[in-house]
Amino acid sequence: MKNILKILIIVLIFTSSLNSAENKTKLLEPNWTFDGFFGKFDRASLQRGYQVYKEVCASCHSMSYLSYRNLGEKGGPEFTKQEVKAIASQYEIQDGPNQEGEMFMRPARPSDKFVNPYPNINAARVANGGAYPPDMSVLVKARKGGADYVYSVLMGYTEDVPEGISLEEGVYYNKYMIGNKIKMPKPINDGSVEYTDGTQATEEQISKDVVAFLTWAAEPHLEERKKTGFKAVVYLLILTILGFVIKRKIWLRIEPKV
Amino acid sequence: MSEYSNKKNEEFSPVHTNKVGGSPYTGVIGWIDNRLPIFRIFKHEYLDFQVPKTLNYFWSFGGILMICLIFLIITGLALGMHYKPSADEAFNSVEKIMRDVNFGWLIRYAHMNLASFFFIAVYLHIFRSLYYGSYKEPRQLMWLLGITIFFLMIATAFLGYTLPWGQMSYWGATVITNLFSAIPLVGEGIVTWLWGDYSVGDAALNRFYVLHWLIAFLIVGIVVFHVIALHIVGSNNPSGIEPKDTRDTVSFSPFTTSKDLVGMLVFILIFVAVMMFAPNYLGHPDNYIPANPMVTPAHIVPEWYFLPFYAILRAIPDKLMGVIAMVSSIAILGLLPWLDFSKVRSSVFRPIWKQCVFLFVLDFFLLMYVGAMPAEGIYLVLGRIGTIYWFAFFIILAPLVSIYEKPLPMPQSINEYMDWKKKGKIKTFNFTG
Repeated sequence: MKNILKILIIVLIFTSSLNSAENKTKLLEPNWTFDGFFGKFDRASLQRGYQVYKEVCASCHSMSYLSYRNLGEKGGPEFTKQEVKAIASQYEIQDGPNQEGEMFMRPARPSDKFVNPYPNINAARVANGGAYPPDMSVLVKARKGGADYVYSVLMGYTEDVPEGISLEEGVYYNKYMIGNKIKMPKPINDGSVEYTDGTQATEEQISKDVVAFLTWAAEPHLEERKKTGFKAVVYLLILTILGFVIKRKIWLRIEPKV
Repeated sequence: MSEYSNKKNEEFSPVHTNKVGGSPYTGVIGWIDNRLPIFRIFKHEYLDFQVPKTLNYFWSFGGILMICLIFLIITGLALGMHYKPSADEAFNSVEKIMRDVNFGWLIRYAHMNLASFFFIAVYLHIFRSLYYGSYKEPRQLMWLLGITIFFLMIATAFLGYTLPWGQMSYWGATVITNLFSAIPLVGEGIVTWLWGDYSVGDAALNRFYVLHWLIAFLIVGIVVFHVIALHIVGSNNPSGIEPKDTRDTVSFSPFTTSKDLVGMLVFILIFVAVMMFAPNYLGHPDNYIPANPMVTPAHIVPEWYFLPFYAILRAIPDKLMGVIAMVSSIAILGLLPWLDFSKVRSSVFRPIWKQCVFLFVLDFFLLMYVGAMPAEGIYLVLGRIGTIYWFAFFIILAPLVSIYEKPLPMPQSINEYMDWKKKGKIKTFNFTG
């Protein structure tokens, strides 16, 4: 009987290792500041990340769950109130109808949602060779591997396409993308953006910044969650120890010497 | 029995005798208790209630499940105030809860992870019963009520998972509701009736939301029965020997309460750690993609706690038979008190049955693993082996082991059991703390 158990466990381990061998390409794992128990966002990185989103991604990718005000909120890029107002006012949104019954354009306010690059999904498809650039609000949470995956895809474009893979017009090879084919041309190169804070705008740095920004966008309460979580765990740990001591003490009444 | 039937007429006499009094309490509490005996009942059932003193930490899961249920209802109530059950708005409203509602992220992550932890606790609770023979005389009805609760939990968890209206919500709902189409003749009609439309959509989501609520409260109702039955038949214990007098028992408070508290705190600690540091670990990333009827995900997988049953469904090539196998894989638990007729309850004294139960646990994990994999090649073979063992465990092993197994020598009382254990004459888990 014991042997059967052992054999079964070995079979289980064997098959699970078979499976892990299938995911052959290991994702890149940069040191994220927001990983781990004390994870926090790097404000400067988030601000640079927003700049990357604005200058590189936003021409195709919407972020429809975010409002401009979020950029100034605690735990995020924490732009100042004036900066947020200035950012919002760069965009025009349609409002109305006014008292004449007309729709009109006005500059966006901090309370407005991020302006979509396309009026609708079909327009986005037509402009991008049939592929719809996904909304980026929760993108990091919607992909297996999360931030590592998105970062890996950004860094995963290579010129030398392995043999046996034929690419149609407008399709690119990517080492980490599921299926290895992607319709988005390589979005980030060295110097794709110009940072104002003196940070070197290398491909890695830009990718890291924008992925940090996207992670915050998908999980705006991450810092608060981890901070509260740490406190809660410590509190519960103490409470559990106390509870155990009390239990021991009570049970000594019927089981002297344990 | 005859004594009872003789008394019957007398007890149910139409003449109502008002008996105010008899409360052990005085003052305001006594005044209320004389008229509405809630304090007396509480004292009787939760303070003085006698519980075998051998209970180990596996017996904490009843209380843990109660806490899970209460917090699921509280967090569910809060979520319900912000959630919109419409195909256009559901995903958006969940994002609004996560971003803009005060502590919405905490409430939603709590609800989501509590559902998973509810299943972790219920599986351990069921394992406890299997291992220590808690389903046997006189606890068969408790066991059946428990299985009813488990069925309802499955239903409400499935419905709850559809509500965020992500890709897995939508496609999971499509796959599972389509199972009804396997019913001959009326199947297609039933599916359309369930959907309220010709596909899963707005109408389905709306009713799923209503049923998700309804079933949650049905569970509360059955749990009340489950607990009342417990207080009639009493707790089983690791020795499987019924307590004979108060030397074998302790009072519920403070002994059981203090021990349950430790179990609960450890459980809550693990739960909080997962919820706060890996809130999406037990979920599927695809559910953060809004539902899209035009795009089918590469692998449609249910929540982790359904995977063993999903594996059984897919192990059988015929759809109708697969559905029947899946449902009966759970329903068959209800027959266990009659399939396993060994007089010995606890596996501690049943060397062969103990191995069968361990294999069954392993089989559960094997099927869970297979359920997460594509239904092809080696996984299909493993899934079929797992399915065969699952049913053989109940239909073949339980009765055969009952007949041919020679139980180990047993102590006469719980006190003697503890003595034997101290002397190392009994080998078993040590979860007594």
